[in-house]
Amino acid sequence: MLTPSPSSPIVHAAAVVPAASRRPTFYTLFVMLLLAGLALVPTYAALSGQAFYVTLFARIVVFAIAAVSLDLILGIGGLVSFGHALYLGLGAYAAGVLAQHGIDNGWVHLGVAIVLCGAVGFVTGFVSLRTTGIAFIMITLAFAQMVYFLAVSLKQYGGDDGLPLAASSRFGNMSLGDPATLYYVAFGFLCLLLLSGSRFVKARFGMTLAGIRMNERRMKALGVPTLQYKLGAYVIAAILCGIAGVLYANLTQFVSPSYMSWTTSGELIMMVVIGGIGTFVGPVVGALAMVLVEEGLKSATEHWMFIMGPLIVLIVLLTRRGLMGVVHSADARRAAKIAAKIAARSKRTESLS
Amino acid sequence: MNVTLFVMQCLNGMQLGVLLFLMAAGLTLVFGIMNFVNLAHGSLYMMGAFVGALVYNTTSSFILGVLAVIPAMLALAFVLEALVFKRLYQRDHLDQVLATFGLILFFNELIRMIWGPSPYYMEVPPALSGTVNLFGIPYPAYRLLIVASGLAVALGCYLLIHRTRIGMLIRAGATHRAMIGALGINIKLLNSLVFGLGAVLAGLAGMLAGPILSVQPGMGEPVLILTMVVIVIGGIGSIRGAFLGALIVGVIDTVGRTLLPAVLRGLFERGTADTAGPALASMLIYILMAVVLALRPQGLFPVRHG
Amino acid sequence: MVASLNFRALHGRLGCALILATSAALAPLVSQAADATPLKIGFIGTLSGPAGALGQDQYDAFMLAIEQKGGKLGGVPVQVVREDDQLKPDIAVQAAQKLIERDKVQIVTGVTFSNVMMAIHKPITNAGVLLIGSNAGPTPLAGAGCSPWFFSTSWNNDELHEAGGQLATDLGYKRMVVMAPNYQAGRDAVAGFKRDYRGTLVDEVYTQVNQPDYSAEITQLQASQPDAVYVFYPGGMGVNFVKQYQQAGLLGKVPLISVSTIDGTTLPALKEIAVGAITSSPYSPDLKNAENAQFVAAYSQKYKRLPSLYAAQSYDAANLLDAALTTVKGNATDRQALRQAIKTAKFQSVRGDFSFDTNQFPRAGFYRVDVVKAATGAAFETKGPIVAKIRNPLAQQCKMN
Repeated sequence: MLTPSPSSPIVHAAAVVPAASRRPTFYTLFVMLLLAGLALVPTYAALSGQAFYVTLFARIVVFAIAAVSLDLILGIGGLVSFGHALYLGLGAYAAGVLAQHGIDNGWVHLGVAIVLCGAVGFVTGFVSLRTTGIAFIMITLAFAQMVYFLAVSLKQYGGDDGLPLAASSRFGNMSLGDPATLYYVAFGFLCLLLLSGSRFVKARFGMTLAGIRMNERRMKALGVPTLQYKLGAYVIAAILCGIAGVLYANLTQFVSPSYMSWTTSGELIMMVVIGGIGTFVGPVVGALAMVLVEEGLKSATEHWMFIMGPLIVLIVLLTRRGLMGVVHSADARRAAKIAAKIAARSKRTESLS
Repeated sequence: MNVTLFVMQCLNGMQLGVLLFLMAAGLTLVFGIMNFVNLAHGSLYMMGAFVGALVYNTTSSFILGVLAVIPAMLALAFVLEALVFKRLYQRDHLDQVLATFGLILFFNELIRMIWGPSPYYMEVPPALSGTVNLFGIPYPAYRLLIVASGLAVALGCYLLIHRTRIGMLIRAGATHRAMIGALGINIKLLNSLVFGLGAVLAGLAGMLAGPILSVQPGMGEPVLILTMVVIVIGGIGSIRGAFLGALIVGVIDTVGRTLLPAVLRGLFERGTADTAGPALASMLIYILMAVVLALRPQGLFPVRHG
Repeated sequence: MVASLNFRALHGRLGCALILATSAALAPLVSQAADATPLKIGFIGTLSGPAGALGQDQYDAFMLAIEQKGGKLGGVPVQVVREDDQLKPDIAVQAAQKLIERDKVQIVTGVTFSNVMMAIHKPITNAGVLLIGSNAGPTPLAGAGCSPWFFSTSWNNDELHEAGGQLATDLGYKRMVVMAPNYQAGRDAVAGFKRDYRGTLVDEVYTQVNQPDYSAEITQLQASQPDAVYVFYPGGMGVNFVKQYQQAGLLGKVPLISVSTIDGTTLPALKEIAVGAITSSPYSPDLKNAENAQFVAAYSQKYKRLPSLYAAQSYDAANLLDAALTTVKGNATDRQALRQAIKTAKFQSVRGDFSFDTNQFPRAGFYRVDVVKAATGAAFETKGPIVAKIRNPLAQQCKMN
């Protein structure tokens, strides 16, 4: 089953609690509920006659994929990239430009997006990863802005106005232009990501990356080629975000330079942090919370930003590790209680013997 | 482009640079000394513009408007710090980015609710609404005031940072935070002071820019991103870096905007050159920043240690 | 250890509770079911950001018309669902999807900017929903890309700037410089202007969208010394440019002809700074007809500002719908009949005479409107109509079924 990152208290708590009394953690329950709920959205939408739900939640799932890809480098690798939306835009433009030239084969769209994002990710990562801290934040921003202005200058692909998607990506008989199909494809991909993510965190790559985040000098002293690991993670994150870009283009049936803007990158960071950094499920929760609250507020008042702004500030101030952190704390508290009970029990048996 | 025009464009660039410096000075101090990422700096710029414009429009005195901005920004900085920033100083950069991002939304909507979405009226003070003849080309007198104020602020900051005790503490804070606390200096007070100074500088920048730029909600964000580029190029925490970096960015941006399309027209056909030119000119600043970061991550004029 | 855990947990629980409470309170709003009785009309406009004033004018004027008719159009009660596109085409597409799928609107109106219009035109017309544009008029939609479900009460980009070019020719300026932002509408502006301008174009300058500082470009102008300058800078860009143009001392020396730059939304921010500027506009508050007189009076009284061309066009859209809905006796479900009714509707436009061309864009005029000194600082004064001699035969390219 899905487990949180090694740094959480759950790992320690689980070691204390004997196998017999190990109930499913709040975390497991939460994740299962979340995924079940998301899986049932199209059914619910069909039953209640509100087709709009599918598009709304498809947007959430696509952004969740992009946010999870960011979490890979941000949460596990500790690399704060303020230009991650660049790959969202590149993936979208791959689909848009190809469709414009009459190519609607989904595999070609995906393939080009993967190669493009991989290449751009490699080059920009190679340059950016020579820096750290604030410099890294700014240089990733710089690269995103450069490509943004490049897209704006491309008159034949709409420039600043953007480009309507001439044809949706087709995979055999399946077309991503159909919202339900798109939703299931995106959701399936997201589940795949979460599963791989949990494996990745425990695998050597993930552990090494986390080690680099915690103390790079130590890892270097141990002989680990840190740049290779960071670059590898960065390229993977770029590719995953590019796939999200292809999905997004199909969802909105539109491609625009604004997909690459720094404000979009900022929104992705928000989803990761609000949901819970380094947890992989966190970004999904973050995307869900942000989109739903935004939609709800927009329906309620035209001055929704007046409420959204302070709400974000409050979330940052009040929650230590995002929304998932709350779930983790609940688990930690219960584990602590169980541990205390066991300790008390063993003390009694000791005193009796 | 002849020599006179080129010189004029350089002057324009320097004038833009000085405006950027006013914004960058405050931000680099907060960034460098308090290690605090404040995205709401653009909102402080906007608040200064609106408060100053309000006072100016009601009293018809530009001087009064400028003076009114100072206590207003100090008060705003005090409130913001007490409510939000105080709890963010110890948090990591991500949390700071997020919280200040939320503040941007809040302030933009606040201004929109009070003053409406349309640009707010603010004119150049009548005494400075004329032009001055420079190299045969009439140059707006008000812009010269901006250049003069910017230089005055730069000088003032230099004197403050390098010639006063407070400045010494600020410099020490930029190089060795923990040491200052250990030496018994009140870090909290120092932080508040620096933040207040940054807010006042941003507000003044807004007030000075108001007459030549549109005073409207959201006016801070385009300037913010450019300011961040400036302080990264100049070196975070360094006032000297902010000044020189701002001048460099201003000149490159301005000259690039006018020179590049002309150069491109020589190479490509008109239509392409006319659309690629402005785009490339925008990219130029970011290319410069990427190059600086790749070769000299601490900036071109970083804070000198020792 | 436990105590500190509790404290943090309290904070965490507080935060979590906050989120849950907000979401729970707002969830019903997201899932609003469509109400059957009133006729739902969707309004998509740019209501926030530097150009928010334009969309706001469109919305306010539309609502004024509805209010004047007792909350009804064509005798049936209407409910307007408002969406802000934030000048982002992808947000606009989502808003359009929401209006069509969730709110089940029969008609969509508004749309401020051309790039937004290009993004939502296909989704809306493909769904068979009527789209009445009251500002944006991208050229493709007036020609080969026209659709029977799309009507405009404003103009198309080409003719807006052809009028400007004609005005420049009529005023006898032989050497001119054109300036516009570097996006589709800006490039359309230059193209349209060039079609009717018979003089020499010394330079075409494209600046960045929302560029704040024009000192570099203004210095170029001073060096090249044209007879006049033609600009297209909507929203805050217009305020920036005109302020800086005037401060450089150019406003008195080199005539400034502009379109959508100094208009009802930006004049209050410029006031006497803009006096002496010449504009080409489809509307002015001082146009002499009865409908306009009552419109200006009612709008000024309710919103404490004069209506702009955006407001006028949107008011016309409301009256157009009123006339059409009266003809079909309020039955909006028969879209073909409604469409026919709109095409042939007879109503009083505040712009003067109004009728639809074959591409469902208006055959309405443009005027030379100058900015003159007034008690409030500055005001618009109509100087006369502009008749463009060379028109892009777009209507002929439109082949509707």
